[in-house]
Amino acid sequence: MLNNLEVGLYVFMLATFVGLEVIRKVSPLLHTPLMSLTNAISAISVVGAILITGREGATDLSKILGFIAITAAVTNIVSGFLITDRMLKMFKRREVKK
Amino acid sequence: MGYIYILSAALFILSLKWMNHPPTARRGVFAGEIGMLLAVVGTLVGGHVMNWTWVMAAIVLGSAIGAPIAYIMPMTAVPQRTAMSHACGALAAALVGTAEFYAGQHEPGRLTTMMMVPLILETLLGYLTFTGSLMAMGKLQEILPSRPITYKNQNVINAVLFAIAVALGVRLIMVPTDTLLFPIFAGLSLLFGVLLIIPIGGADMPTVIALLNSYAGLSACAMGFALDNNLLIVAGALDGSSGLILSIIMCKAMNRSFTNVLFGAFGQIQAAKTTGGEQRNYRSASAEEAAAILEAASSVIIVPGYGLAVAQAQHKIRELYDNLMRRGIDVKFAIHPVAGRMPGHMNVLLAEADIPYDKLIEMDEINGEFPQCDVALVIGANDVTNPAARSDESSPIYGMPILDVDKAHTVMVIKRSMSPGFAGIDNDLYYMDKTLMLFGDAKAFVSEIVKELPAKAAA
Repeated sequence: MLNNLEVGLYVFMLATFVGLEVIRKVSPLLHTPLMSLTNAISAISVVGAILITGREGATDLSKILGFIAITAAVTNIVSGFLITDRMLKMFKRREVKK
Repeated sequence: MGYIYILSAALFILSLKWMNHPPTARRGVFAGEIGMLLAVVGTLVGGHVMNWTWVMAAIVLGSAIGAPIAYIMPMTAVPQRTAMSHACGALAAALVGTAEFYAGQHEPGRLTTMMMVPLILETLLGYLTFTGSLMAMGKLQEILPSRPITYKNQNVINAVLFAIAVALGVRLIMVPTDTLLFPIFAGLSLLFGVLLIIPIGGADMPTVIALLNSYAGLSACAMGFALDNNLLIVAGALDGSSGLILSIIMCKAMNRSFTNVLFGAFGQIQAAKTTGGEQRNYRSASAEEAAAILEAASSVIIVPGYGLAVAQAQHKIRELYDNLMRRGIDVKFAIHPVAGRMPGHMNVLLAEADIPYDKLIEMDEINGEFPQCDVALVIGANDVTNPAARSDESSPIYGMPILDVDKAHTVMVIKRSMSPGFAGIDNDLYYMDKTLMLFGDAKAFVSEIVKELPAKAAA
């Protein structure tokens, strides 16, 4: 049987390879939107922040730190996805020209 | 809950995959949004969440801050926003780690070594990325001086500080009950983040941002190990590897070794040797002459650089582009990987000005076209066009990949003055017989050229 750490390390290794392969193919044209997108995705730490804040019997310190963490992460999620989409909308092919 | 996380992880990977090409990229964003929504809702519903007021208030507040940022932010400020967002992400990770550490004090046996190792990594990376990103943002926004700030024994001091922080971290891993040490550890991490970034100059910002991106991802990843949550590990690893790839690309484009960057030892190439005071001859031209040359050309390659972004000239460039295209002149844009202030920034700026993205050509592809090109118009780019990078081994930028502008039949350079660029070196390109210097502000000069063009067509 694998313990949690081993499973985690497997997941980490595989995800890193997938990440490297997928990102390598991204056209340099889109590197800035890519970074905004990964930024939004890495704000997945919101999950950890919610769990910490919402844990039964959480201390005031946990709640305050968790509150700031959720706020920061949600800011990233919302602004990250929206601005990526805003940027991508601007990338047009020639045919669209009026 | 676990199944929702698996779905969400798959959506993140798809999201990045669709990001590969412009036509599917927006679908990629959508996939990412759904993945995130699933993860958040799944956690709220299945995570035994109490303290709803705190959680919901924070989510509402975060959305209220995030949405306006996304819409108000001008495209030239995207690098600052990205730096800020690295800071927010890293802060979130660091604070969760801190909260976890103190909460663990109340439950004996919770803070095992297997828990403490990732937790310490998470807080160390989180805090240093937080302050580091704030510094980067300050430099990009020009609140802080963008030139490198250096002092004696900088690398030694940084290394010692970092070593102390790591030593404290190790001590905390072994004795997790030592709550007094934790604030010192956190403080040192914060301080190290500041010291890591201040010696870095404005020209290196694309690499730094990519690197901080990677750190922020890794810290989210470490959180995944601490909280035993595979979704966090996947998302963090994706972000980490993305940042890593981008910083490697940037390093290659700037001719710096990756180890240099990892230890924050950039800025080492200080203003290099100034070429002996001899006066060299160059030719300059007026907007009218430039317009005449452009009109006679059949193919033009525009080389935009950082100066174009500073002068906010992208919309004027678009007018020039339209005008030349209407005359049947083939116009392309040559994009150096470090053009702009973060990876791919120049593409976004030109796309915002409605220039079709299939006209934005990367360095490797366009370099073969310069010898057949009638006119290369360089706007606000300097070091990336310097032929010394190919030929002069004593030059500090020797080996840096450049755009082969000097191979075009005619070269025109719009520039404020003859002053050298970031690297502080003279550019031989400006003294070639086929080069015309066009002195002036990029935006003003381009609009003058555009003004000259229609008049000629009518005549």
